[in-house]
Amino acid sequence: MKTIQVLGSGCTKCRKTAESIERIAEQLGVEVTVTKEADPQLMMQHGVMTTPAVVIDGRLQHSGSIPHRDEIERWLQS
Amino acid sequence: MLEWFSRLADFLIVEQLGLSRDDRLGGALHFFVEDTSKIFVLLVVMIYLIALARASLRVERVRDYLAGRNRYLGYGLGSAFGAITPFCSCSSIPLFLGFTSAGIPIGITMSFLLTSPLINEVAIVLLAGLLGWKFTLVYVVVGMSVGMLGGLFLDSIRAERLLQAFARKAFDNASAPAAVDNIIENSGQNDSLTLSARHRFAMDELTDILSRVWKWVFIGVGVGAALHGFVPEGWIEQHLGDGQWWSVPAAVALGIPLYANATGVIPVMESLITQGLPVGTTLAFCMSTVAASFPEFILLKQVMQWRLLAILFVLLLVSFTLVGWLFNGLSGLGFL
Repeated sequence: MKTIQVLGSGCTKCRKTAESIERIAEQLGVEVTVTKEADPQLMMQHGVMTTPAVVIDGRLQHSGSIPHRDEIERWLQS
Repeated sequence: MLEWFSRLADFLIVEQLGLSRDDRLGGALHFFVEDTSKIFVLLVVMIYLIALARASLRVERVRDYLAGRNRYLGYGLGSAFGAITPFCSCSSIPLFLGFTSAGIPIGITMSFLLTSPLINEVAIVLLAGLLGWKFTLVYVVVGMSVGMLGGLFLDSIRAERLLQAFARKAFDNASAPAAVDNIIENSGQNDSLTLSARHRFAMDELTDILSRVWKWVFIGVGVGAALHGFVPEGWIEQHLGDGQWWSVPAAVALGIPLYANATGVIPVMESLITQGLPVGTTLAFCMSTVAASFPEFILLKQVMQWRLLAILFVLLLVSFTLVGWLFNGLSGLGFL
């Protein structure tokens, strides 16, 4: 079970990022909980300066754009 | 090369539809076809090329570069990076905090954030394509000056006192976080980007920007075309000409709450200028529409106290009004 946080101010890109992670996880049969976090202090803690950012099990994996499918697959399968 | 778009409009409107460019509907439609076709071609080509060139420029690197710089050099650099760094306004807050927690003065951060929406590839491409390079140059110089002087002013009043408590604390305990730098190494987003990685970044940028701005092109050109065809010749010059000093602050006050981005405003500007609206008034209106919007102010509330937001609002109002008067004066004297 992976805990995935999508950090962002609630813009369209953040929503799309969360949706595509959930969709791909379902297709791959990986169990995940995806939450969207808009708290600026959390972003600061992770050193995130561009959103959307993706934190998986407490570790920052990506920031600044909607991640590509191959990246998401890599995170989920690792 | 750009006459090609006028000829396309001639072909469609005059030859195919049989309308004359001199009557209202024909004139407005001609303007619409010429401008939309020109804008989309320019945007697609230029966004792709610019994105290709700056694929490796990331805000984290800008932060590392700005941290610990000489203060006065910092305002210029902050503003210059604001102009060239790919950056979406929805990242304003984390960027603000990232800069602040690296100990970069608030003024330099604000130089970056004020210049960023004013000067971007879309605005430059449209200005150069529709209003010519001279106007574009003036726009860039003025935009950067507003960013730099605004930053200088905010530091001179020690704006960091008016941040929200947690942001203030981050500034006081400044230390650069390294987390993002690590993932950048891992995901290959470092200096030596391969051409295919650059191409991928450029295509992402292109689809992202176009999906955000395409409707603004139609709205902006549509309003411009309507002004072009249906406002009587000379009306704007007579009623909003440079004789009326109040038209500049009125244009700015109208522009600040108006939410539009540069893509929608520039075609309207083109139409207004050809109709005789003074250059300074037009510039002031355009900058205030693009630089500030209520949604963005509400976002900034997360890191700033109301007083600082109010100061920022007045700062923008005053500086754009001064810009407008200055350029109306210069063009009145024949400099522009």
